[in-house]
Amino acid sequence: MKAKLLAAGLTVIAIPALAETPVLTVLTYDSFTSEWGPGPAIEAAFEASCACDLRFVPAGDGASLLARVQLEGAASEADIVLGLDTNLIAAAAATGLFAPHGVSATTTLPVAFDDPLFLPFDWGWFAFVHDRTKLPEAPTSFDALAASDLKIVIQDPRSSTPGLGLLMWVKAAHGDRAADIWAALADNIVTVTPGWSEAYGLFLEGEADMVLSYTTSPAYHLIAEGDDTKAAALFDEGHYMQIEVAGKLAASDQTDLADQFLAFMLTDAFQSAIPQTNWMYPAVTPAAGLPEGFDAFRPAVSLLLPADEAQSARDAALAEWQAALAR
Amino acid sequence: MASRARPLNLTALALAALLLALVAGPLVAVAARGAGLSLGPADWAAVRFTVMQAVLSALISTLLAIPVARALARRRFPGRGFLITLMGAPFLLPAVVAVIGLLAIFGRAGLLNQTLASLGLPVVPIYGLQGVLLAHVFLNLPLATRMILQGWLAIPAERIRLAGSLGFGPAETFRHLERPMLREVLPGVVLVILIICLTSFAVVLTLGGGPGATTIELAIYQAVRFDFDLSRAAGLAGVQVAICAVAALVAWVVVRPAGFGTGLDRDIQLPAPAGWRREGDILALLAAALFLILPLMAVILRGMPGLADLPASVLPAAGRSIVVALVSACIATATALTLALAVARRPQPTIEAAATLPLATSGLVLGTGLFLIVQPFTSPMSVALPVTILVNTALTLPYLYRILLPEAQALHAGYGRLADSLSLTGRARLRWLILPRLARPLGFGAGVAAALSMGDLGVITLFAGERQATLPLVVQQLTGAYRMEAAASAALVLVSLSFALFWAFDAGGRRASA
Repeated sequence: MKAKLLAAGLTVIAIPALAETPVLTVLTYDSFTSEWGPGPAIEAAFEASCACDLRFVPAGDGASLLARVQLEGAASEADIVLGLDTNLIAAAAATGLFAPHGVSATTTLPVAFDDPLFLPFDWGWFAFVHDRTKLPEAPTSFDALAASDLKIVIQDPRSSTPGLGLLMWVKAAHGDRAADIWAALADNIVTVTPGWSEAYGLFLEGEADMVLSYTTSPAYHLIAEGDDTKAAALFDEGHYMQIEVAGKLAASDQTDLADQFLAFMLTDAFQSAIPQTNWMYPAVTPAAGLPEGFDAFRPAVSLLLPADEAQSARDAALAEWQAALAR
Repeated sequence: MASRARPLNLTALALAALLLALVAGPLVAVAARGAGLSLGPADWAAVRFTVMQAVLSALISTLLAIPVARALARRRFPGRGFLITLMGAPFLLPAVVAVIGLLAIFGRAGLLNQTLASLGLPVVPIYGLQGVLLAHVFLNLPLATRMILQGWLAIPAERIRLAGSLGFGPAETFRHLERPMLREVLPGVVLVILIICLTSFAVVLTLGGGPGATTIELAIYQAVRFDFDLSRAAGLAGVQVAICAVAALVAWVVVRPAGFGTGLDRDIQLPAPAGWRREGDILALLAAALFLILPLMAVILRGMPGLADLPASVLPAAGRSIVVALVSACIATATALTLALAVARRPQPTIEAAATLPLATSGLVLGTGLFLIVQPFTSPMSVALPVTILVNTALTLPYLYRILLPEAQALHAGYGRLADSLSLTGRARLRWLILPRLARPLGFGAGVAAALSMGDLGVITLFAGERQATLPLVVQQLTGAYRMEAAASAALVLVSLSFALFWAFDAGGRRASA
């Protein structure tokens, strides 16, 4: 028994042996690499053609990716960083650690997006998700939501990317009225959670009528659970987008493989894995189309602040948010 | 005489130096990457809120624990042993799991408010300071109860018999036996809980209701992940350690040894007064048991349905978690015992500080600093589990130390001279005196350390590679992928394993001491 335990311990602690084949290291967020994320399918598909070892390194959630890149600096083992979002692009570009991707591809995003350093791989609209059996008539704007006595759970913009997205949504849709919107929303907000999963968990437990998530969240319940009671409330002012991007690190020692991966990223083999593992829209709609439920909630208006504007508006928007909600 | 203590003391000092280096090194590494320390008004607001909620949480938990511990100490009833063991459970819950359990009872859609609503009464909101305090009391009341209970059980039987033959009533018993004991035990209890609550993060944010409830730890998160302002992160972490150091100093000044002397280990029951005191004890026990068991039941009920089809990755992750927990619990127990024995011989502020401060470090700064230190030499992923073991050892050691110290002091006062005069030293002293006499706190402490290591996310998120996830990380990944039911089940597995480890050590310790 002792020997077995020791063996188990050693196996667990053992340093992974270095492979002979070239290794492409992709730094990404946890849920991308987990067994129910897109990682495994994409790894298999890419390795079938590249004669290489594709290695995903999980680095916490989306918000901690950029910090990780900065922490590692030029010494990073990673070749590709995958999973930054549009609100982080300006800061990421300012680090000077990324190299141009050189890919000119047509994507099926609802807005024009062209960045020399970052290539989109998926996207989604932020939305308030609710249970339509409990809430048949959802509000159709921030004003209507604020005027109602509905309870919502949101995420903290200081620790979560959807939280930051909501901050930008209110800013992009309402500009100078953003502070008033937040003040009016204050009594609707049950609580502010550190991350998406806590908020979504609270909503599913019945702690709130609505939760900040994505328009594609109901599709998860429909496809994975056969539950069609969840819906996303469509707002007249439009919905802010989250575009998730990947970029190549300038210090990469596998430049060719990295380029190959970025080109592969926009092919069907990669893109068709996205909808039912990451529950986002693929950046290029696959030939087979989208799964059911992905067309159920499509906002008419898409909102997105340009990367530099999002960056410069952030601190003021955060101060507004804090002032309005601090009790 | 002094020469015999020297090897012990040298080892203890070396260990203390190592611990201090582990606390200070990462902080310095993080600060070195930034330039200048500047904290804004929002940071100071976070500091004030953090201290306020931590002080309130610690005082309420400790005050409520006193009647519960006393009732457990002086009453005998069926299920008493079970209740004492169960006391370990809430403290060992990962914060997120505990929050879900509490919300099932106290949340907007929870049992309490459903009942109130059906009776036509207004609902009681949980979100806000009251929710933060509720959660912290839920998590820490059991720990406080167990620590205080140890104090009650450590009153020598001879004292209790003497009190009985002098005809002491409850008031005199309190004045001459219980009050000195509490004076000795309580400062340590308050200190430990205060420090736990200082660094609390997910609980405060989820139940705090908004940015008004911003803690230092959240401000550190913001500084590292949002602004990549490492100097501000280091500054905040430094403030956190400083607050903890002040608290430790206060506790150190306030604490007074009870000076009961040593008894002959006769088994005796504390006087169990009848009348309203009996009913009071019953009430305290019932209230505590309900308060602790209901949320735990909710956690179990939520986890049951998904147990059958848990993802395959749960098993290897559980294996890794157990290895990490066992190894770090063994190292932490040996280290804490060494430190406690050295301090019992002679009070030494350096060792006291080294055994307390790791608790006050910010997990994120510790992880980030270690990452910066390790990176020039090797891939952080290749040392993920050793680093996790090291950090868990350092973070669980303060609990162990607090649990061991009072008993080590009593041991030294009662048996130190006799053992010295018999030249009972080294391994023989450990085998014939220390281990048998300290078996109960050692078992309890090692159990706490092992279970805490199981549930701790800590630094693994920064270091873990592709196939190195521990069980808490898998739970987190499941919740991040909509799989709340599977996450609840994986959390139940985590909690059950933690509790099993705790129970094995705790029961082992109690059996060895009996």
